[in-house]
Amino acid sequence: MKTWLKAGIAAAFAFATPGVALADKTKVTVYTALENDQLKPFKAAIETAVPEADVVWVRDSTGVITARFLAEKDNPRADMVVGLAASSLLMFEKAGLLETYKPAGVDKLKDVFRDNAEPYTWTGMDAFLGAVCFNTAEAGGLAAPKSWKDLLQPGFKGKIVMPHPASSGTGYLLVAGWLQSMGEEAGWAFMDGLHDNIAAYLHSGSAPCVQAARGEQLVGLALDMRGASEKTKGAPIEVIFPTEGVGWEMEATAVVKGTKNLEISKKIADWVATEDANKLFAKTYAVVAYPGADNPPANYPAGADKAMIKNDLGWMADNRERVLAEWSKRYESKAAPKK
Amino acid sequence: MSGAVEAMPAVSPRAAATRRFAISETQVAGLMIAAVAAVLVLIIALPLWALLSKSLQSVDGRFVGLQNFVTYASTPTLMASLVNSVWVAGLATAIVIPIAFVYAYALTRSRMPLKSVFTAAALLPIFAPSLLSALALIYLFGNQGMLRSWMMGASLYGPIGIIAAEALYSFPHALLILTTALSLSDGRLREAADAMGTTRRRIFWTITLPGARYGLVSAAFVVFTLVITDFGIPKVIGGQFDVLATDAYRQVVGQQNFPMGAVVGIVLLLPAVAAFFVDRRAQKRQTALLSARAVPYEPKPDRQRDAALFLFSALVALAIVATYAVAAWGSFVRYWPYNLSLTFANYDFAEVEPTGWGGYSNSLKLAGLTAVLGTTLVFVGAYLIEKIKPYRALRGFAHFLAMLPMAVPGLVLGLGYVFFFNASWNPLNVFYGTLTVLVINTVAHYYTVAHITALTSLKQLDHEFEAVSASLKRPFWTLFGRVTAPICAPAILDIAVYMFVNAMTTVSAVIFLYGADTKLASISIVHMDEAGAVASAAAMGTVIMATAIGVKVLHVALTALVFGRLQRWRRR
Repeated sequence: MKTWLKAGIAAAFAFATPGVALADKTKVTVYTALENDQLKPFKAAIETAVPEADVVWVRDSTGVITARFLAEKDNPRADMVVGLAASSLLMFEKAGLLETYKPAGVDKLKDVFRDNAEPYTWTGMDAFLGAVCFNTAEAGGLAAPKSWKDLLQPGFKGKIVMPHPASSGTGYLLVAGWLQSMGEEAGWAFMDGLHDNIAAYLHSGSAPCVQAARGEQLVGLALDMRGASEKTKGAPIEVIFPTEGVGWEMEATAVVKGTKNLEISKKIADWVATEDANKLFAKTYAVVAYPGADNPPANYPAGADKAMIKNDLGWMADNRERVLAEWSKRYESKAAPKK
Repeated sequence: MSGAVEAMPAVSPRAAATRRFAISETQVAGLMIAAVAAVLVLIIALPLWALLSKSLQSVDGRFVGLQNFVTYASTPTLMASLVNSVWVAGLATAIVIPIAFVYAYALTRSRMPLKSVFTAAALLPIFAPSLLSALALIYLFGNQGMLRSWMMGASLYGPIGIIAAEALYSFPHALLILTTALSLSDGRLREAADAMGTTRRRIFWTITLPGARYGLVSAAFVVFTLVITDFGIPKVIGGQFDVLATDAYRQVVGQQNFPMGAVVGIVLLLPAVAAFFVDRRAQKRQTALLSARAVPYEPKPDRQRDAALFLFSALVALAIVATYAVAAWGSFVRYWPYNLSLTFANYDFAEVEPTGWGGYSNSLKLAGLTAVLGTTLVFVGAYLIEKIKPYRALRGFAHFLAMLPMAVPGLVLGLGYVFFFNASWNPLNVFYGTLTVLVINTVAHYYTVAHITALTSLKQLDHEFEAVSASLKRPFWTLFGRVTAPICAPAILDIAVYMFVNAMTTVSAVIFLYGADTKLASISIVHMDEAGAVASAAAMGTVIMATAIGVKVLHVALTALVFGRLQRWRRR
């Protein structure tokens, strides 16, 4: 009965349904939080490696893709997740939404980029770091910050933007980084001080740096790669890793449980673990999963691997809800106009 | 003699035989109203019900009663947003309505020159996504803006920016309703007043304003709810100033707290309920302005009045056009503000957005389908609700459903659609992520203004038309096809263009519904802006605006060519 009903309604609305897929290519729907400018080369590379695949990206910021994936859990739309924060994938794994699959060649990857708990569901691709973008053209008398504490100076009041941790993966890794490296108490105390200087919490990990690059704001706490790429475009900025170290997060890939395109998805997951794929990741990221494939992009600040703090992704996944609730309690209630 | 008897159908045996099998006109009307109500239930009520039931659940799906609402009321952040939303929306309404009223007055009741230019200029914001006005204001008054000194040190990011951008964005929505309300009035009243030497001020307060009262109330509610439910502008320019719509977005998107997002959405439904009751009261008092003997008012030249109104309209129009021109110009600038050389590079969307230009063709498909299907549904529905006498309760129900979408933030409606159309028990879930759901959702999202436009136009037709039709033994659909629809043709076309343009520009409802193949141009603007690619976001906004303006130009041409002739009977 239900099938009959579905068929009837489907026929009635047939005019609006999208066209049939190309004959020998299978559309693979991939949810991602990769940066927009990465998607074109990634699609080309995947389709070269897996010719029967036609990659269709669904891209949004980490929080949105995570929310959307969870909202669809009864009726999943994605075949794969590629380039989403590992802490989100850990949440999906817990909810039983990921296919158990260990891609060929995973064992060659750096240990930290592998799912080390059974069942094996996700594979790390690269690490992305928090960084400080500082506009030297608009600085006036202010010196570039060297450490996180420098950002607490009164001169920066209302001149700093950072990503909102609830929407942005970069925002959450910054907050989680401070809490882990400074300890909870000192971490929150630091953020209390920082909040007084914040002009706005933005919903993307890139936008704060772009705003700093365009002089709309003085300082943007943001995704490392965006700092490098804006500087390459000619923005008068300095990209800084503060001396205390920065939080980081890993982008990872997994196959979605129940996908209709399981075989092709597995092939794409295999590709993610190859050296070629990692060389592609290395064009935008300083630290990638495959040993020796690192090749920092132009204008990328030195010392990324030293700046990375000791980070526990499991902690990030398990405490996400609690940390975001506390963050929201502290800083969103004060978000009303400041005099 | 026998011929005369045969000519009377009532006693013809053949006619009597057919009548036994046919259903009566009233029954047809009843069925049609029921069908419209059923469609509205499917596209509006059920998704909202899905949302409502979500608000009574915990995150893991257990029923928790009003627990989420208690949490909401005891969270100071959320309550602060409520206060912020109300005063910002209230102030924006208070600014927009008087300006829009004077502007509409100038367009309909004066002989100032260049009226068509002023109409086009004022409608400009409707052709662009709401975000574009905010982007333009950043180019103008942002921290690196060309006119930042005008801000006198105040920050654009916050209530100032929101109110300014929302005022720009909602202005044409108010203007459409007020122009419709002012354009059809009985000229005989004015002539009688003139003949008796009534002062102009008195004419305004006793004839013009009361005549437009229904339109004013509708327009005020439309603007208020439009502003309170828009999330695009606060998202771009709100800084740390939280409003309900951004809260809903944040709860859902950032905190993944669907029940709390649902609660915020339900809080936002309150203006709809208020609008419904105010609307009902206003309707009771409203008598048909355009009786069957009415004569349209034709203003006489008056140099002083026309010059003043011209000056006022020119200022408003200039402010609107200049703002959007700046956004268009910004889309060609290579690297604002450090490299002002012009380039087409920002229009190569594939560099900053995976769908590239693909989103644009999806938007065109969506807009075309929405305009055709939406307009048909809205106008037939409005006719049945307004002009059919029986089935009062059913009509009231359908009208309530039609009024509801205005106060449902697109984001929340979209979320309701996710919960409803993606549920595994729902046979309609095959449409999730397809253009079909986007079309249905967009029709539902923009139903109210189209409905109000249709109603306002229909209300000005005297019920005598129906009475005459009935006494001539013509069924209502003959009247509808031969009289009502042709008279209202300009309003119908307005609705179609409104639907098309909004489908091109809509962001909030569809952002949760687009599928991998069906991402829209407007959604890609949000994504580009979010990533900081402001120039490309402005570029896509400019493309959308150019398309929508093209459609509007066609509309104006069609109105001049076809309706000029069809509406000639209105003149003396």
